[in-house]
Amino acid sequence: MSSLAFTLVKGAIALNFALVIAAALVYLERRISAWMQYRIGPNRVGPFGLLQPLADVLKLYTKEDIVPYNANKTFHRLAPIISIAVALAMLCVIAPASYVLLEDGTKLFIAVAPNVNVGFLLILALSSIGVYGITLAGWSSNNKYSLLGGLRSSAQMISYELAMGLAAVAAVMLSGSLDMNHIIASQAGGRWNIWFQPIGFIVFLVASFAETNRAPFDLPEAEPELVGGYHTEFSGMKFGLFYLAEYANMFTASAVMTTLYLGGYDMPFLPQLLGLQEGTVARVLFELAVFFGKVSVLLFFFIWVRWTLPRFRYDQLMNLGWRVLLPLGLANIIVTGAIVFFVR
Amino acid sequence: MNVTTNTRAERMSFWEKLYLPEIAKGLALTFKTMFKPKMTRQYPEERWEPLGSYRGRPVLVLEEDGERCVACGLCSRVCPALAIEVQAAETARDKERYPAKFEINMLRCIYCGLCEEVCPEEAIVMSKDYDIVFHSQEEAIFGKDKLLVPIARLQERLEFLRQYK
Repeated sequence: MSSLAFTLVKGAIALNFALVIAAALVYLERRISAWMQYRIGPNRVGPFGLLQPLADVLKLYTKEDIVPYNANKTFHRLAPIISIAVALAMLCVIAPASYVLLEDGTKLFIAVAPNVNVGFLLILALSSIGVYGITLAGWSSNNKYSLLGGLRSSAQMISYELAMGLAAVAAVMLSGSLDMNHIIASQAGGRWNIWFQPIGFIVFLVASFAETNRAPFDLPEAEPELVGGYHTEFSGMKFGLFYLAEYANMFTASAVMTTLYLGGYDMPFLPQLLGLQEGTVARVLFELAVFFGKVSVLLFFFIWVRWTLPRFRYDQLMNLGWRVLLPLGLANIIVTGAIVFFVR
Repeated sequence: MNVTTNTRAERMSFWEKLYLPEIAKGLALTFKTMFKPKMTRQYPEERWEPLGSYRGRPVLVLEEDGERCVACGLCSRVCPALAIEVQAAETARDKERYPAKFEINMLRCIYCGLCEEVCPEEAIVMSKDYDIVFHSQEEAIFGKDKLLVPIARLQERLEFLRQYK
């Protein structure tokens, strides 16, 4: 099989997988939030209510697609596409497992686009484009609440992207590469970046909550003030795409954090204990399990925080972003830089 | 200048200002809550059994030898929502009168219980039925066929009325 065809197959698998994960997350979010509020949650559709997301998507598909009068039709149509496309495109550089060694000695990498030397930069760049989806959605709807939501979102994302980038720079300095596979390889054997970069990890975590518009940073869709925020005027599957994009973004952010701070698919001692050789299929399956185990812990944390903390006020949000996280990130870079320079 | 000093925010200690310990406390609380018993009742399968004091839909008491109602029409007159219509007729029994037609419009009924309170025969009482549904306005007018309920099923309410009325 040619490498292009193989990449396309991997891409298709990754896309479908991410969408299924996003749908599953919607179910989990509803279930976990219910448990945290002494409720049961959706349990009627299928066993344990597992088919609930399917029913939701079917409902969204059959709904009328309403475009408001005087809305900018082009951008109104484009905005949800940008949102979901950006969320899914980030998956291409994420490496959920290492590689399979073929008989002729070639390495079959599991990541869709393995060994991209600007891998992490690509993720930062794409997450910046994600702002356009939300801002355009707010602007094109011709609705003041949507516009406010979109504006808030762009201000929030720009503010927190700085902190996020700065936190990541320190981690990248430790790993010495922007390539996702290298970043994971540099953390092999339990030398995960989180042990050396606890502050960086916290800054990155908080910033990714803001980047994914999750509570306590869900100001763009603050229901009590903005009706529904940037997606007020979207209905049917256009709204569905925004909804999926939010959860796909959560998944991507968790995967990035796993790669950058939690050692990716690395798990010390266990593969040696089980006698799994690098490059075998069994090892790859083990690595996939490890990677998705770490990702699901983070995803649970995302949901957990959302149902615990109240929403920030706008000035608190900006204070936290500019006066706490940004200086912290800068200080973190200087300290890490000094240590890397003098110790190594 | 209107400067406020010694506010609550200023009195907070370093750890309180950091918020992280408080956030951890909150997270611990929600995590513990996840494993606590749930409040939800699985409604159609698990039904709530109201007490005798509950005012469900009004029904007519049906004794062994026929209905209790003597069609005096007091309930119809006291009904603030004008939901009850009674037409009296004569019968050969000791009571001499019975309702030839007794209708309650369930779309009008406000479950106030005045009909029950005013009834001299204890013939109309509030039952425990709370999920009353219909598909049309005609269906919502309950006639004698739906209103008459055997006395055995109303014991709890009658007991309650004897005690507190």
